[in-house]
Amino acid sequence: MYDLIVVGGGPAGLAAALAAWEKGLRKVLIVERDRELGGILNQCIHNGFGLHHFKEELTGPEYAGRFISMVRSTGVEIRLDTMVLEVTRDKKVRMVGKLTGYREEQAKTIILAMGCRERTRGAIAIPGTRPAGVFTAGAAQRYVNMEGWLPGKRVVILGSGDIGLIMARRMTLEGAKVLACVEVMPYSGGLNRNIVQCLQDFDIPLYLSHTVTEIRGEKRVEQVVVSRVDEKRRPIPGTEMVFDCDTLLLSVGLIPENELTRQAGIAIDPRTNGPMVYENMEVSVPGIFACGNVCHVHDLVDNVSAESLRAGEAAAEYVRNGDRAGQTLTVKNGPGVSYTVPQKIRREGVKKNCGIYFRVNRVCRDSEILVTSGETLIAKYNRSHLAPGEMEHIVLPGVLLNKAEGEISLSVREA
Amino acid sequence: MYDVLIIGCGITGAAAAFMLSKYRLKVGILERENDVAQGATKANSAILHAGYDPEPGTLMAKLNVRGTALAGELCDRLDVPCRRCGSMVLAFSRQEEKTLGELLRRGEENGVPELRMLSGDEARVLEPALSPEVTAALLAPTAAICSPWELCLALAQTAVKNGAELFLETEVTGLSREAEGWKVSTNRGIYRSRFVVNAAGVNAGDIHDMAASRSFTMVPSRGEYYLLDKCEGSRISHVLFQCPNENGKGVLVSPTVHGNLIVGPSADPVAGNNTANTASGMAFVRETALRSVPSIDFRQSIRNFAGVRARTDRQDFVIGFPPDAPGFLDLAGICSPGLSASVAIGEYAVELLGGAGLPLAEKSDFVCERRRIRFKELSAAQKAALIEKDPAYGRVVCRCETVTEGEILACFRTPIPPRSVDGVKRRVNTGMGRCQGGFCGPRVVELLSRELGVSPGEILQDRDGTRLLMCRTKGAAEDV
Repeated sequence: MYDLIVVGGGPAGLAAALAAWEKGLRKVLIVERDRELGGILNQCIHNGFGLHHFKEELTGPEYAGRFISMVRSTGVEIRLDTMVLEVTRDKKVRMVGKLTGYREEQAKTIILAMGCRERTRGAIAIPGTRPAGVFTAGAAQRYVNMEGWLPGKRVVILGSGDIGLIMARRMTLEGAKVLACVEVMPYSGGLNRNIVQCLQDFDIPLYLSHTVTEIRGEKRVEQVVVSRVDEKRRPIPGTEMVFDCDTLLLSVGLIPENELTRQAGIAIDPRTNGPMVYENMEVSVPGIFACGNVCHVHDLVDNVSAESLRAGEAAAEYVRNGDRAGQTLTVKNGPGVSYTVPQKIRREGVKKNCGIYFRVNRVCRDSEILVTSGETLIAKYNRSHLAPGEMEHIVLPGVLLNKAEGEISLSVREA
Repeated sequence: MYDVLIIGCGITGAAAAFMLSKYRLKVGILERENDVAQGATKANSAILHAGYDPEPGTLMAKLNVRGTALAGELCDRLDVPCRRCGSMVLAFSRQEEKTLGELLRRGEENGVPELRMLSGDEARVLEPALSPEVTAALLAPTAAICSPWELCLALAQTAVKNGAELFLETEVTGLSREAEGWKVSTNRGIYRSRFVVNAAGVNAGDIHDMAASRSFTMVPSRGEYYLLDKCEGSRISHVLFQCPNENGKGVLVSPTVHGNLIVGPSADPVAGNNTANTASGMAFVRETALRSVPSIDFRQSIRNFAGVRARTDRQDFVIGFPPDAPGFLDLAGICSPGLSASVAIGEYAVELLGGAGLPLAEKSDFVCERRRIRFKELSAAQKAALIEKDPAYGRVVCRCETVTEGEILACFRTPIPPRSVDGVKRRVNTGMGRCQGGFCGPRVVELLSRELGVSPGEILQDRDGTRLLMCRTKGAAEDV
C-alpha cells in the first residue's frame, strides 16, 4: 500500500511527490510513461524557466534536472517506462511496463499529473490536401531537439501559442526559413516576451486576425493560403496570401489530458477541460488531487511547480487527517473572466491566504479585478495589462472569505 | 505466366485475390501505391449496408445483400472489427415517409431481412439523441459497421498466405492482347497472364481503355468526412442515414468500430482522385448532420478526410468482360455499396472467370484464419501473461489508443508488412486517437527505421514521396 501514487513524472508530478515527501509521506511512487523523468521540459532546451521558482534563468532540462535531483535524494520510488491504464475511485492504480509487467497498486491518495496534449489539424478543420509536412509545434520540437532531425526548411506557423513562437526561433536557428506566424485572434496567444524574442528579433512577421484557409500539395506541403478574418473569425474572400513552403507547424492550443480522470468518473470543468478542483487541488473524489497542465494549461512552469507543491502538501495532509469537510464556496466567472482554478473553496481549508489562478477572455488595459459575493465587494486588484495568453493570479486573504455567501465571483472592469 | 493478374489492391482487388487464392492458380496483384487499401477503401463511411437502397434486379442489389452477409462472416474468421449495429433511415416529412415506404419495398424485394418501420417516437426510444423533427424511420438491423482497411488487409494477407503474389509500387502502363492472354506493362517490367482483372477503383476507366474500347466513363465524386473523438462515439448506437437523393445516400452519422463518431459524406464531382477537404464541403457535412442529431459536438473533431467514389456514368457496378477484350474482366464503378458488396464481387468474379475457361480446382490446404493481438482489449490476467512472455507488450507507444510496441513489432511479421507511418496506423491503430500521432509519431518513426533498416530521414508518412523529415539538425549529423 502506497501513501501516494503520482501519475506522471513531469514538472507537476516531481514537485508534488517532493512536497509530499517533505511533509512526511514515506511510501510515495511516481509512475512515468516515458523512459526518463522531466516530461515535456526535456525537449524545451530554450531558457526562461525558473525566474520565479529558482530566481534564475534556466533551460527546460536544467529546470527539470533540479527537481529530478531533489526527488532522487529522497526515498520516493520511481517507475519509468510505465503507463497507467486506469485509476479507480477507491485508489487502485493499474499500470503496465516493459520491465515491471502488469501491476495493480493500492494507494491512500493519488495525484494526477498527466500534463496536456496539443490540438491538431483535425480540431480546427483546415481545408485542403493532407500531405506530409503538417506537424504540431511540440512534435516538431521533439524531432529537432531530441531526435536531431529538422522536419522542414520553409515554414509557416499557425497559432501564436508559446510553443509555436519558440519553434519559430528554433527552426530559424537551425537554418530553416520561417515565413510567417499566423494568428486567428486579434492578439497573440503567447507570452509577450516570446513575441519579442522569437519573432521580432528574427524579423518574422506576425499576422494577427489571419488564418490558414487552405493547405496545398499532394505528397509534401507545397503552399499554404492565409486569409484575413472578420470579427467572427470568418475568412474574408479576396484577402488571400499564398506562401510557398514545405511545412506548416500548428500551435493552436493545448488540451489537458484527462482520459484517466474521466474514466474514474471525476468531475471535469468544461472551461478548463481539467478536473474541477478545490483550494487544495483536490478533485471531486476525496483523496485524489490534480496539478499542473492536467488541471489547466499554464504558461510558466514556475506556476506549475507552485501549484503542484500545494497538491503534494495537501495529499500528505489527507493521509494524516482524512477528508476535509466544511462549507463550500463556488468561484464563478464574472464578465471578462474565462476560467478560475480552483473552482471551489472550502473555507476551513484556507489557512492564511487563498490563491486563485485565472484567465481573462480579452486584452484589457488599466483594469480592476473585482472579487464579489452577491452585491458585496470583497476585494479589488489593479492591473495595467491583462491578456488571454497570460495567466493571472490573485492572493485572497482568508479572512475576506468570511464576507462571502455561497459563491464568489471574479470579474474584470476596464477603466 | 500468371493465371490471373489483378490490377489494384483496394477492397475489390483484395476480395478477388482472396477468392481466387482458394484455387490452384498462379495469382498476382499489381498495386501502384506502397500499401493496400490506399484509395476509397481507406476513406469511406465504413458501413456494410443492409441492402434496401439499390434498385431491385441490379448487380448492386444482388451483391450488396450477399456481400454484407459474407463480409460479416469473414470479419469473424479473419479477426476484423465488425459490429452489426443496425441502421435507420430518417424521415423528416410526409414526402420522406413515402421514400421510406419505397425503400422498404425495395429492401423486401432485394431480400433484406428484418426491415421495420418506426414512428418518430419509437425511433427516439432506440436513439434518444435523434432530432425531435424526425417523423419516422426505417430500421434495418442487419446493417453493420466495420474497419474497411483492415478487412482489405485481412483479405490481401490471407490471399498472400495462400500463395498470391502482391507487387507494390507497381503501376500498370499498358495492356496488350497476346496469343496466350495478356501482356501487362508496368514501371517495374512486363507481366504476362491468361486473365486480367481490372479493380483499379477510381482509375478503372483508364485501365479499361488500355484493354478495350471505351464503354463507360468515370464520374468521380468526392465525399468529405469528420471523425470525432471517442467522447462523442457513444452519442448514438445505430448508423443514421437521411433519405437518399440524387447525390447518393446523403450525410450519415455513425459510430465506428474504433469507438469514434463518423459524420459525412458530402458529394461533389471532382476530376480524378482529388481528396482535398473544402470549407464548403465540411460546412455542408456539419449542417446536414445536425439535422439528424442536433447535439453532435463538432469541437471534438479529431480529423477531416475525403474519399473519392469510383462512380461511372452507369447506374450500376460495371462487372463483366468487354466484348472486344476476351479474358479482361472489369470490376469497375465500385462505388457505394461497394464495401458492402466487395466480398460478393470477389466471389462473382471467380464465377465469371470460371465461366470464361479459368480452371477452378480447389486447394486442399487453403488457410482462412488470421489473428492479431489487441492489447487494449485483453483482460488484466491476459495482459500480465503477455508481457511476461514478451516485454515489448508492456511498453505503450500510442497513448490515445493504448497500442504497445509488441503490437507494432508484430505487424512487421505479417504477410504484408507496413512501409510507412500510416501503414503502421492502418495495421495497429497508432496515431488514430485524439492526439493524431503527436506523441507516438517519433516513436513509430524510430521503430520503422529500425525494422526497415533505413535512416529516419527516409521514413514516409504514407505514400511514396511523403517523407517526414528533411535533414539532420546542426551538429547532429556527426553521430549518424
